[in-house]
This record gives sequence, C-alpha cells and structure tokens, in this order.
Amino acid sequence: MSDRAVVAGAGQEPYIDRKRWAWALSPIWLCLPLMGIGLAQATGVGAWNWLTLVVWYVALPLADLAIGSDSNNPPESEVPRLERESYYRILTYLTVPVHYAILILAAWYVATQPMGVASFLGVTLSVGLISGLAINTGHELGHKKTALERHLAKIVLAVVGYGHFFVEHNRGHHRDVATPEDPASARLGENIYAFALRELPGACRRAWRSEAERLARRGNRAWSLDNEVLQPLVITIPLYAAMVWVFGPIMLVFLPLQAAFGWWQLTSANFIEHYGLLRQRVADGRYERVRPEHSWNTNHIATNVILFHLQRHSDHHANPTRRYQSLRNFDGLPALPCGYPAMFALSYLPWGWRRVMDHRVLAWARGDLAKINVDPRLSAKRRARYAALAAEPARP
Amino acid sequence: MTRYRCPGCGYVYDEARGDAHQGFAPGTTWAQIPASWPCPDCAVHDKADFTPVDDGEARGARPR
Repeated sequence: MSDRAVVAGAGQEPYIDRKRWAWALSPIWLCLPLMGIGLAQATGVGAWNWLTLVVWYVALPLADLAIGSDSNNPPESEVPRLERESYYRILTYLTVPVHYAILILAAWYVATQPMGVASFLGVTLSVGLISGLAINTGHELGHKKTALERHLAKIVLAVVGYGHFFVEHNRGHHRDVATPEDPASARLGENIYAFALRELPGACRRAWRSEAERLARRGNRAWSLDNEVLQPLVITIPLYAAMVWVFGPIMLVFLPLQAAFGWWQLTSANFIEHYGLLRQRVADGRYERVRPEHSWNTNHIATNVILFHLQRHSDHHANPTRRYQSLRNFDGLPALPCGYPAMFALSYLPWGWRRVMDHRVLAWARGDLAKINVDPRLSAKRRARYAALAAEPARP
Repeated sequence: MTRYRCPGCGYVYDEARGDAHQGFAPGTTWAQIPASWPCPDCAVHDKADFTPVDDGEARGARPR
C-alpha cells in the first residue's frame, strides 16, 4: 500500500505543503477561551464564554464541510527534508507554554471576576477542551525520538494531569491497538460511556504495569522519580496546589472539571479512532502487524490543521514516529464521514453513532463478524441484529 | 557484538551499548532480550521482526 503512494508521488512537480502556513494557526487558535472571555467582557454578554465549545462542535464541522478534504501526500523523496525543517517543530514547542498561559489566565479570570454559574461553566469547559488539545500536542511530541521533544511531551501533559499518557500511549495503545486487549480501542456495539469506564482505568493500569516492568529491568523501584508515569505529576501537583492557594477554593471546582473535560476529549478520540476494527492473529499466535487499515482516517483540512494531522490516523499507527507534516493518505482506507469534532458529538448519541458507523465497520470487514472487534457484552438480540446486518448487501 | 534494527522506524539495538532507558546493560545480548519486547520507539514491530545490521552502517541507539 505504501509503495503505491510512493509511486503516485514520483515524477511530479516539486512538492509544496499546502497546509504549510495554516499549521501556524495551532498555537494561536488555542487562545480561543481568552478571546471568548474578552468578548464577554467587552459586550457584557456572558454567552461569549462558551465560544470555544461552539467553535469546536459547530463552526469547525461547518468549516470542514466548506473547505473539504485534501488527499495530498508528500513524495517519499521529500520526507527527510520535511522532517528536518525546524519550522514544523517550533510550532509544537510553542503550544507548550501557551497551554500553561491559558490555564492560568482563565483561572485568574474565574477567581477574580464576578460571574454566574453558566459563564463559569462556559469558561471551565472551554479551558478543558483546550486542555484536551494539550494531550494532542503531548501525543505528537511524545512519539518523537529526541530527548527535548520527549521532555516537552511530559511537560504539556502535566497541564491536564494526564502524564501517564506518555507511557500508556506509546508502549500500550500502539502495541495493542485494534485488539480486544486494548482498553483504548472501541468495540463494535460499545457506546462511548461504557467505553470510557473501560478506557480510563484500563489505560492507567497498563501505563503503570509497563513502567514497573521497565523499572524492574533497570533495577529501580516503581515508586521513584525514574518512573515516567510519576514524573509529570511532579509538575501537576505543585501547579494545581499553587493555583488553589493563589486563586482560592473555586479552583477545587475549576481544576478537576477542566481536567476531566480534557480527558473526555481524549476518550472521544480513542473511541472513534479504531471503533470495531480488528487485527487478526497470524500463524505464530501474534497479532498481524498494524497496517493503515486498522485506524479510521479522515483528510478534512480545517480539523487536521487544528489537530496536527492527528486525523491522518491510519499512517500514524502504521508509522508512529513520522512527524505530522509527513503523514500520508492512502487509497481504500476506512474513512470517517466527518472530522473529529463532529464525530465526537455524534458519539455522544450512541444510537446515531451506531447508525452512521456500524454499516461502515461491517463493510470494512466485508460482512464477516469474526473479523470485527465486537463487544463481548452485547445481548444475544443485538448480536443477532449484527448478524442480520452483516448478511445484507453492503450499502454504497 | 551485533546490532539489530527495527524495520519500521529504524531504531537500532546495539548489544555493545545496550539500552539504559530500557534497562538493558551494555553487553546484553540479543538472545537475552525478552521475546515479547516491542520496539521502544514505534511499538509496531517486536523482537522477532528486527533484522541484524551490517557493521559500519548503523550509528547506535537514539540520542538521549
């Protein structure tokens, strides 16, 4: 599959990254909660405090519709140059202090300015959404091989109190993706709420186990500062404690709420990224190698720019150390009909989600339920319904 | 002493250097690496997928 993409890119004009300058929006658009606060202050209309949520769940899906998709790939010959360019790296570095600034400025605002419950909630959830994007930045940085980027990944994950992601994602989710063993891969028929209850504790446990195993090999204790699950907490705990001390007891609501909503953004992404997809076991008992077909992909431009190409998820899982600017589209990938924000919103309505996605999963598996990661907790009735759906001719 | 490379991301395990972060002391032979050990950089490939590297080609483990 990748060979085809290479051939398609060969012998053409010099490659131009059409998103090149758009990537620069990443650190800027994180400031949306502050823009909302500014507009609320200037106009006296508290609803502006909800701006970030409206942009994410409404305006960005519309922007995806208006701007459309882009299946443009860099030719392989250009990738080494593209990966070396410091421009792309600097943007990911820049987002790190921006995340800290947003959290602290918004905290100052809710702690010192008079406001109603609705405005407070709007600001807190807006910050939470941006904290979710801190996990996205931590994701991009955490996959890289340089020590600087790995440190920055832990630092940015500490903003949202989700530091264990650094270990869990790279050594857990990527190893087990699209198998029943993975708490961060959703199963056919599973709804996002049941998934969250499996994913959140499952990810913590797997991170701890994997890190304890590594530390045991090194002869270190699990409860030590060598533990990469604990290291980010060395930032999170003093930071949050200082904020409670400086900004007062309102932080005891603000901080957990924004962090939980940030985690929820990650849960939403994990839920949609591999829903129902399954790697088969091969002769030696191992799972087949991760291929692009084991992740749902989408090429929508507006949301890909906001998310450092996270939605080109198929290539990301097949080649996790590739930098965001080099991620490719392939023909015949399982594709989401919309970008992440719209799919997140859809997943919150399990009936609607199943209606849009289940027939896509069945088409991906060519109607063979044995090739799908099916929720084992499904009732016999639901199973029978899937069997009937599988027997139907595929929808276009 | 031999080096082994991940065919996906290019990570190289060097028996002479080991990999301190992974807990493999210098001199840890490939045979001593657990069979289920995944590539520490990409986790797409595991030990069985690694291929020996000709001498003079690879530069050793990732910068740290």
